[in-house]
Amino acid sequence: MTALPETTQTKLGLVIDLDTCVGCHACVVSCKGWNTENYGAPLSDMDPYGQAEGTFLNRVHSYEVVPDLGTAQTVHFPKSCLHCEDAPCVTVCPTGASYKRTEDGIVLVNEDACMGCGLCAWACPYGARELDQAAGVMKKCTLCVDRIYNENLPEEDREPACVRTCPAGARHFGDLGDPDSDVSQLVAERGGIDLMPEQGTKPTNKYLPPRPKDTLDTDIDVLGPLLAPVAEQPKGFLGWLDRALEKL
Amino acid sequence: MHPAPSVIFFSVLSGAGFGLLTLLGFGARATSQGWPAFVFFAVGFVLAVGGLLSATLHLANPKNAIYSFSQWRTSWLSREGISAVAALSLMGLYAALIIFFDIRVAPLGYVAGALCLFTVFTTAMIYTQIKAVPRWHQPLATPALFLSYALTGGALLAGAVAHAGFLFLLTALIQLWHWNGGDKAFRNAGTNMNTATGLKGAVRQFESPHTGDNYLLKEMVYVVGRKHAFKLRIIALLFAALIPSFMMLGEVKHLGALIAVALYFTGTFASRWLFFAEAEHVVGLYYGKR
Amino acid sequence: MTFQQPKLETSPKVSDEIRKTTCYMCACRCGINVHMKDGKVAYIEGNRDHPVNKGVLCAKGSAGIMQHNAPSRLRAPLKRVGPRGSGEFEEISWDEAYDLAASWLEPIRRDDPSKLAFFTGRDQSQSFTSMWAQSFGTPNYAAHGGFCSVNMAAAGIYTMGGAFWEFGQPDWDRTKLFMLFGVAEDHDSNPIKMGLGKLKKRGARVIGVNPIRSGYNAVADDWVGITPGTDGLFILSLVHCLMSAGKIDLKYLRDLTDAPVLINADENSPEFGLALRDDDGHQLVWCRDQQKPRCFDAPDVHPDLAGTWEVDGVTHRTVFHHMTERYLGTEYAPETVAETVGISANRIRAIAAEIARVAFDEAFELPIEWTDFRGRTHKTMQGRPVSFHAMRGISAHANGFQTCRALHMLQIILGTVEVPGGFRFKPPYPKPATAHPKPHCKVTPGAPLDGPHLGFVHGPDDLALKDDGSPARIDKAFTWENPMSAHGLMHMVISNAHAGDPYKIDTLFMYMANMSWNSSMNTGGVMEMLTDKDENGDYVIPHIIYSDAYSSEMVAFSDLILPDTTYLERHDCISTLDRPICEAEGAADAIRWPVVEPDRDVRGFQTALIQLGAKMKLPGFVNDDGTAKYEDYADYIVNHQRRPGVGPLIGFRGEDGTKTGRGEVNPNQMQDYIDNGGFYLAHVPEDAQFYKPWNKAYQDWAVEMSFYDKPQPYIFTLWCEPMRKFQLAAEGHGERQPPEHLRQRIKDRMDPLPVWYPSTDQHEGFTVNALTQRPMAMYHSWGSQNAWLRQIHGHNPLYVPTKIWEAQRFAEGDWARVTSPHGEITVPVAHMAALNENTIWTWNAIGKRKGAWALEENAPEVKKGFLLNHLIHELHPPKGDGMRWANSDPITGQAAWFDLKVKIEKCAAPAESQPNYPAQKSPVPKAPAKQAWKVGS
Ligand SMILES: Nc1nc2c(c(=O)[nH]1)N[C@H]1C(S)=C(S)[C@@H](COP(=O)(O)OP(=O)(O)OC[C@H]3O[C@@H](n4cnc5c(=O)[nH]c(N)nc54)[C@H](O)[C@@H]3O)O[C@H]1N2
Ligand SMILES: Nc1nc2c(c(=O)[nH]1)N[C@H]1C(S)=C(S)[C@@H](COP(=O)(O)OP(=O)(O)OC[C@H]3O[C@@H](n4cnc5c(=O)[nH]c(N)nc54)[C@H](O)[C@@H]3O)O[C@H]1N2
Ligand code: SF4
Ligand code: SF4
Ligand code: SF4
Ligand code: SF4
Ligand code: SF4
Ligand SMILES: [Mo]
Repeated sequence: MTALPETTQTKLGLVIDLDTCVGCHACVVSCKGWNTENYGAPLSDMDPYGQAEGTFLNRVHSYEVVPDLGTAQTVHFPKSCLHCEDAPCVTVCPTGASYKRTEDGIVLVNEDACMGCGLCAWACPYGARELDQAAGVMKKCTLCVDRIYNENLPEEDREPACVRTCPAGARHFGDLGDPDSDVSQLVAERGGIDLMPEQGTKPTNKYLPPRPKDTLDTDIDVLGPLLAPVAEQPKGFLGWLDRALEKL
Repeated sequence: MHPAPSVIFFSVLSGAGFGLLTLLGFGARATSQGWPAFVFFAVGFVLAVGGLLSATLHLANPKNAIYSFSQWRTSWLSREGISAVAALSLMGLYAALIIFFDIRVAPLGYVAGALCLFTVFTTAMIYTQIKAVPRWHQPLATPALFLSYALTGGALLAGAVAHAGFLFLLTALIQLWHWNGGDKAFRNAGTNMNTATGLKGAVRQFESPHTGDNYLLKEMVYVVGRKHAFKLRIIALLFAALIPSFMMLGEVKHLGALIAVALYFTGTFASRWLFFAEAEHVVGLYYGKR
Repeated sequence: MTFQQPKLETSPKVSDEIRKTTCYMCACRCGINVHMKDGKVAYIEGNRDHPVNKGVLCAKGSAGIMQHNAPSRLRAPLKRVGPRGSGEFEEISWDEAYDLAASWLEPIRRDDPSKLAFFTGRDQSQSFTSMWAQSFGTPNYAAHGGFCSVNMAAAGIYTMGGAFWEFGQPDWDRTKLFMLFGVAEDHDSNPIKMGLGKLKKRGARVIGVNPIRSGYNAVADDWVGITPGTDGLFILSLVHCLMSAGKIDLKYLRDLTDAPVLINADENSPEFGLALRDDDGHQLVWCRDQQKPRCFDAPDVHPDLAGTWEVDGVTHRTVFHHMTERYLGTEYAPETVAETVGISANRIRAIAAEIARVAFDEAFELPIEWTDFRGRTHKTMQGRPVSFHAMRGISAHANGFQTCRALHMLQIILGTVEVPGGFRFKPPYPKPATAHPKPHCKVTPGAPLDGPHLGFVHGPDDLALKDDGSPARIDKAFTWENPMSAHGLMHMVISNAHAGDPYKIDTLFMYMANMSWNSSMNTGGVMEMLTDKDENGDYVIPHIIYSDAYSSEMVAFSDLILPDTTYLERHDCISTLDRPICEAEGAADAIRWPVVEPDRDVRGFQTALIQLGAKMKLPGFVNDDGTAKYEDYADYIVNHQRRPGVGPLIGFRGEDGTKTGRGEVNPNQMQDYIDNGGFYLAHVPEDAQFYKPWNKAYQDWAVEMSFYDKPQPYIFTLWCEPMRKFQLAAEGHGERQPPEHLRQRIKDRMDPLPVWYPSTDQHEGFTVNALTQRPMAMYHSWGSQNAWLRQIHGHNPLYVPTKIWEAQRFAEGDWARVTSPHGEITVPVAHMAALNENTIWTWNAIGKRKGAWALEENAPEVKKGFLLNHLIHELHPPKGDGMRWANSDPITGQAAWFDLKVKIEKCAAPAESQPNYPAQKSPVPKAPAKQAWKVGS
């Protein structure tokens, strides 16, 4: 049913740290691997050894930021479904295939009902849905719903594949509905933000902005005395050395 | 947005078909019955149903299409389906009574006609509701656009020349209104590289997340050349509205009517192609495009 | 209305079984859990218990499943039937393949084993492959280190007994300032990312020194977009600032390094510039207490950094004295170097000040007692939370060796090597150059070589020269041209063999190196050399045997192909005898085992070598009765012993598998490893975790582990005596003398203290630096056969900085012609702002030759992808002296990939990137048109 639940018991989602993501695409490929083998139809690849285009549920963009003052920066930017509270992709779906779970807020596609019309992908501002060309059904991030509660996995592995694999630890998973959860605390501490807030989708996933960069030159005054020469002349240096060694 | 032929065909043809049926429901050609009535209704049905069938070509998994009637509470696409079926059923009944029994149940015609018009409205709302495509997300102009094209087409096909001339002019105005609003919509929506990424400063794509094509790029990040678009706009405006409306000023006979229909469809296809091709989905921002 | 949602199975079965082995999608060697369904590989994830990756996995690692099923996999041994380069082959049996190989190799071995050149790529079985080559008797063996990062490794070992990556790592848990030089991805792929993640979590500062701001440099808090090739100067300027401010760790320098060692200052002595030594060869220091020179390791010695010793009118001064004299000079002042390095003087000072602040103001102590090699016990361990890491960005230049040494010197004067918060060695390192073998090159027909091929020279006497002074090795490693070429020079083998300089060879045997494509400089030239024929119509390089697992470009140029398995189908051994996977806090090694059996007629290459070795009855591969000593590589891994009780694996030794490090052969060792998750980890005791070169507890533990046979503490060598010995020779001392044309260069470059000199020559018009970087989601050429990875990097634009972008009026979609003194390419361009303004770059090894890797001919790798290698030559253009000098470091011979200077201009877009070569025929079936890989139901 494509009506959105009024509330969900938890708001599970991801917090992605743009200050830490090195753009390695590990999350992209582990997601592809897990979701090819698990939930629903495999993520297919067309002309895989020619022009190649396939379905992925998570992609890592890279941007260049030229601040008003200072040096240009590069930011790696992973993006998958944000599990929006007001998910337009759900309400547009004619078949009821798209839905938002009441228990945890995960937005899913029930492939047994999806007719592959693509409307939900149109409705999503973030490009988080891709229609699988082989299976003809809509694919999207499942928040690894088949991992996070999976009793066949050891407790510590009950987290999304992309989070488990991220070498830099730039991805965090948890309940963003609980202000005391680790992820909520992190968001509060680091000023986590929503993507495209003006779209009114109320994303659950949050992004932690990059920390200020290239601040070293401006610290020079504070640090200056640290580098005061011990002597004017190299000869004087040896005098200093002698005294310093004496004190050791 | 990718101007998929199936969707363009669908919306143009079914629009005109439902437009015609609307007018027939509301009593246009009320004098015809039997064979001549059949022809008019048939044209309406063929266009409307043909359009709908063409739309199903757009489905990647049509075997589940049956479920699309279930979500009328939230989904305009679902409403469109239900509305179309209801409209066509009632209109069918209405038409059958006229054609075979020469009975015109006017209230039935009004209800069926209204449903036909509503169907066009639901189609329009499928696009209008998509906030992620600001050009479509014009709550008044987009439905008006679809409705005006549909009614104009309907009037033309119904041979309601007197109304058609006026509708053509109205369509032209609405079309200009829609373009005008559409051209500003993206900026007004306030969605840009900074809101998309949350990053401050001048943000541009450095590297795409994938070097190959993908569904998103093909479907949502279609970029139409500006020169191209301008030419097509002129064609749309001239063919779908201005020329036919001038023709309507004079006496229109069979050949003229045929030419007017041809012009209308050419112009409408151009307009509808632009409706998709010019529509910029905000996801394009993530790919450094609009 | 109630909201109903579908019932979902949230606990589906994940797999039938998990098989734990070691990843081989790159050389980082993470532990993987291979999930099996119905006997097939279903999903690969990281092994949480594994010391290298602790559960995480990179993009390549997760994509292993696509490598394992790649259509490009070779299927059977191949014998060339068409001309070289055409890719026309017929499949043959293994017996035929061995017969053919032996028919070429046996006569060589009988007459002149040096006619075989056996070179391997980035494999991790060098202790085994080198043993094979040694046993065959050829001096011509090396792995790929010479064109990769030998500068880094050798400079580290000569200076402090180890370098980065396999040798050591930052103390990620404690460091507060981390400075990264010239790294895009590194070998230590996952550990660096994990480490950066830890730093980020703690809010520690990361400084990235790199002309390009991508990847790790993108997350760096401060980015230093240095001019390529000038890091040495920048580092020495930091040294200048720190020394003149007295922000150096005098105690560390005094007690743990050669800074107080006295250097012979008698200009006329043949030992001028060498350390004073006692009769036992111990270096002497000036003792502050006793006011006389004494042995550096005397229990009660009190070394004096400022000490001098006058005898016979000659003043002997300490190494530290030489350092002050050099580095306090104004030529290293920030103001002097700023323009050359492209960093403002202010910024250099700010960085130096920040280093000083963190190293000294944020110093801390760990309450761990330890005893040093002089027998003195210390209550605590002094921590200095500054650490560094560097890789090819500084090593792949012609001044790379000295630059790497400069970086090590910087760490050492800060006292931050092997201390908490600083840089830490990984066992079996530290291991100084003196503890490594020297190169051996004495050939005896029909018999093994006189010792291991590769090693560390300590002066002219150790060079690999024949009696007539000519190079003993085909690659001219360990000659006057590049005396300290510790890893050999794989990039010179083909051109030297083709030129017959220093001599002709008969068979080129290569393993796992795409030498006709991305692995070579001058790719087009190499293809010509491989196909060139002599006046008789025979190939100039008569026979080429090659082992690859996939249909690479190099396959097409070989006469006989020994097809390898994929990494999930074979036994392998990541050994402490070789290139281990240890961590600072533990010694570790690992295995691979066939988690699936190959479905093709392929064999693990090591197994093939064992079988070929036995067939040729090579010593070490046959028993006394002539029967094969080992059945296959697994048999070798378990049963081979280097020294009694010491074998390829340290874990589960002894008959019952309870011994570590040393112990008898355990017949169940392989299964024990499999049961343990594919690896073994022995923790370093707590009091042995720092100060390893000097720490008694560590030294004893290392002996127990079999890394040394007796404790061998040493002091760091800021003053590199072997280099001074080469200088002395160039100055006319000693028997072995360099050729005249190299004399001056040796004097200039072999400075025993780190120096900087420009890494490139100027060529009119070629002013723009051109670099490559490794993409994190691709491994050299192999990534392109991977259906998932190639969607991420299917082609590679040439990134152009804003200044050039605007000057050339480039627009999106444009192409450019890029020329070097050596060649020309035409390629697509893209704009990048966070880039050194005089540098262009592209991703490495994305361009592919048509027909290779089972790719379609319209693959983007072929149409738009390209290699920079066409512009790089192994030799420089002729100089004024008419000679063509090697494009490499004059000390180690390391290939100077990053010294490339080019000219770039906008041009019309061609149909495909240029140069583009005719298709090679594919020896494997055509790839499928679509793929939906799911092995479970
Ligand atoms: N322009 C430029 N060129 C460079 C560099 C650069 O920075 N810039 N870097 C240089 C450096 S450092 C290196 S190390 C080289 C690397 O270059 P190469 O050593 O050539 O690396 P690859 O091309 O990845 O791999 C070599 C071959 O190994 C094969 N292979 C893969 N797996 C297996 C296996 O399991 N068994 C066997 N038998 N074969 C296998 C592959 O199919 C491939 O043909 O490139 C060098 N080239
Ligand atoms: N994913 C992946 N991982 C790999 C490999 C791979 O192909 N793919 N290859 C493996 C191999 S064989 C190797 S050798 C290692 C190499 O790993 P890296 O050492 O990271 O080598 P490169 O990727 O060649 O990157 C060299 C870096 O040095 C920078 N650089 C170039 N010149 C200079 C300079 O003068 N100064 C400074 N400061 N920086 C400079 C370049 O911008 C680039 O960022 O990676 C290994 N790991
Ligand atoms: S795995 Fe982590 S570091 Fe790598 S791209 Fe994804 S989020 Fe970034
Ligand atoms: S990100 Fe897109 S697909 Fe995901 S819930 Fe929001 S709108 Fe729907
Ligand atoms: S593609 Fe499937 S999930 Fe998406 S709107 Fe259509 S039916 Fe619903
Ligand atoms: S949560 Fe699971 S499905 Fe979603 S991006 Fe991560 S790995 Fe993919
Ligand atoms: S870094 Fe990646 S490719 Fe390399 S061994 Fe580890 S997981 Fe495998
Ligand atoms: Mo390398």
